[in-house]
Amino acid sequence: MNSIELARRIRLHALRMVHAARASHIGSALSIADILAVLYAPEQGLRLRPADPQWSERDRFLLSKGHACVAVYAALAERGFFPLEELQTYGRDFARLMNHISHQVPGVEFSTGSLGHALPFGVGKLLAARLRGESWRCVVLLSDGELNEGSNWEALMFAAHHRLSQLTVVVDANGLQSLTTTAETLDLGDLATKFAAFGCAVAEVDGHDHAALRGALLAPLPEGESRPRVVIARTVKGRGVSFMENEVAWHYRSPSDAQLAQALQEIGDA
Amino acid sequence: MRKAFIDELCALAAANERIVLMVGDLGWSVVEPFADRFPTRFFNAGVAEQNMTGMAAGLASEGFHVFSYSIANFPTFRCAEQLRNDVAYHGLPVTVVSVGGGLAYGALGYSHHAVQDYALLRTLPGMRIAAPGCPMEVRACLRHLVTNPGPSYLRLGKAGEPAQHGAPPALQSGRWLPIKSGQGRRALLATGAALAAALEWQARSDHADCAVYSLPLWGMDAKGLQAEQIAAFDEVIALEDHLSDGGFGSWLLEAASGAGLAGRVRLRGLDARVCGEVGSQATLNRLGGLTPT
Repeated sequence: MNSIELARRIRLHALRMVHAARASHIGSALSIADILAVLYAPEQGLRLRPADPQWSERDRFLLSKGHACVAVYAALAERGFFPLEELQTYGRDFARLMNHISHQVPGVEFSTGSLGHALPFGVGKLLAARLRGESWRCVVLLSDGELNEGSNWEALMFAAHHRLSQLTVVVDANGLQSLTTTAETLDLGDLATKFAAFGCAVAEVDGHDHAALRGALLAPLPEGESRPRVVIARTVKGRGVSFMENEVAWHYRSPSDAQLAQALQEIGDA
Repeated sequence: MRKAFIDELCALAAANERIVLMVGDLGWSVVEPFADRFPTRFFNAGVAEQNMTGMAAGLASEGFHVFSYSIANFPTFRCAEQLRNDVAYHGLPVTVVSVGGGLAYGALGYSHHAVQDYALLRTLPGMRIAAPGCPMEVRACLRHLVTNPGPSYLRLGKAGEPAQHGAPPALQSGRWLPIKSGQGRRALLATGAALAAALEWQARSDHADCAVYSLPLWGMDAKGLQAEQIAAFDEVIALEDHLSDGGFGSWLLEAASGAGLAGRVRLRGLDARVCGEVGSQATLNRLGGLTPT
C-alpha cells in the first residue's frame, strides 16, 4: 500500500469514526491525513514494527494535537498495530480508542489532549537516545494554533542548544484554530524565520504533497547537520471534503448521515 | 537535608546508570557533586519548568529515573499539568525535588512559600509524597524511591536539620516512624520539616504525654494504613508546614473518616494568615500556628 492509498483510507476511517461516535475534530484529522500517511507508509516511512510496538530501535511519533487522534488510530490499524474492527469502538464507554490520543493503544507513545505537551516529552526521549547512543528519530506533530503555548518554544530552545538533530517537528499549518484564523487570534507571523531564529533547520512544504512531505520529513540529514528539523506543512483543515475545508465549524461538528455519505463519496469510497 | 540529598543521590547514581538529574537553573552549591561526577546524566533545563518536567517524563518513558530539581513552587505549580498528564497519568519514574518546602524561604515572600504543594500533589493518583523530617529520612526516602520507581515528590527543607535516627530507617509508605514514645494516648504526627515543630510541642508540659511520630512517605495509596495506626490513640495531632487546607492533615482526616475515626484527628498546619507575610521561617511558622507562641 502506497502513501496515497493509506491517506485515502485514513480519511475514510476518520469520517466513519467521528460519525459513529458523534465526535468532534474531523477537520483536524483530515488536515493531517497526508502527513500521517507519509510517516506510516509501509515503505519509506518511519521505522516501525507493528508486531512489536515497543521495539527499542523504532522511530518515535508523538501527536501533540491529540484531538486529531482518529487519523492516527486509522493509520495504526491499517499498519496492523491492532485489528481494523477495533476502530468501530472509538469513543465508546471504556474503549481504549478514546477521543484524545491514548497511550493505551498499541503504537501510541504518549497521551495528549492538552496542547504544548508532546514536544518537551519528545525532546526528553531524545536525551535518552543520546545517553544510550541510539540513532532513532522522534517526530512530533504540532498544530499551528498550538504554537501559542510557550512550552513548545522552551523545548525548541533546549533541543537546538543540545543539537538534537534526531528531532523532527512537523507543524500542521492549516491557519485555523479554535475560534477563528491563527492570524486573527495571535498572529504567528513569519513562522519559518521564527523557527530559524530558534536554531532549527526549517523546511516549508505543501502538507498534502506526499513527495514533498517525504523529502522534508524523512530524507537523511545532510552531512554535519546538527540542528533540529522543523517542517512547516501548509495544510487545509478538512482537506478532501468540500464542505469541511477551511471551516472552523468542523472543529466541532459531527457529520449527519447525509453529510457522511457525501464526504465518503468525495474521498473516494470504493 | 540538601547535602544528604545530593550525597545519597550520588551514591545511588554510582550504582544505577538510569538515574538522571535535571535542574531548572537552580541548585548552586548543592548539585555540583552530581554534575561533576556524572556530567552526561546532568541537565540544566534553564528557567523553563514546563519543558523540564515534560522532558523528565520523556526521558523516564525510555527507562530512566529522572530527578527534576528546583525550589519552592517552581517544579510543582509552575508545571502542574505536566506533572498531572505527563508524569502521573503515564505512571513514569520522575521524582520532583523541591527545596525550600514550607516557609524555609520565608524572607523571600509569597512567591517562594511552598505551603500548598501537598494539596496539589496528593490528588494525583499514583503520586507518592516523600517529605523527610531529617537527613536520615532524606536518605531513606531516596533509597525507597529508587528501589520503587514511580511518580513521586520529594520535599526538602533547608540545611541544618538534626538527624532523628541513627541510620536511615526502613520505610513503608503510610507507616509512621516512632521518634519519641509517650506516656499517654495522644500522638504528634509530623510530615516533612514539621517534625521539628512536633518535638518543640512535645517539650512543653501540655504536650509532654504525646508520642512523636514522623511520616516521611505517604500519598493516596497509603490511606488504607492509617485507621489502624490512628486507632491506637485517642488523639492524633497532624503537623505540617503547609496550609491546613488540603494538606497532610486533610489527607489523614480523609483516611480516618472511612473508619469513623475522624474525631480523633486534629490539624495543626499553617493558617492562611501567613500568606503574603514575610519573615523568618520560625516567625512565620509561629504566626501560622504550627509552633508554640
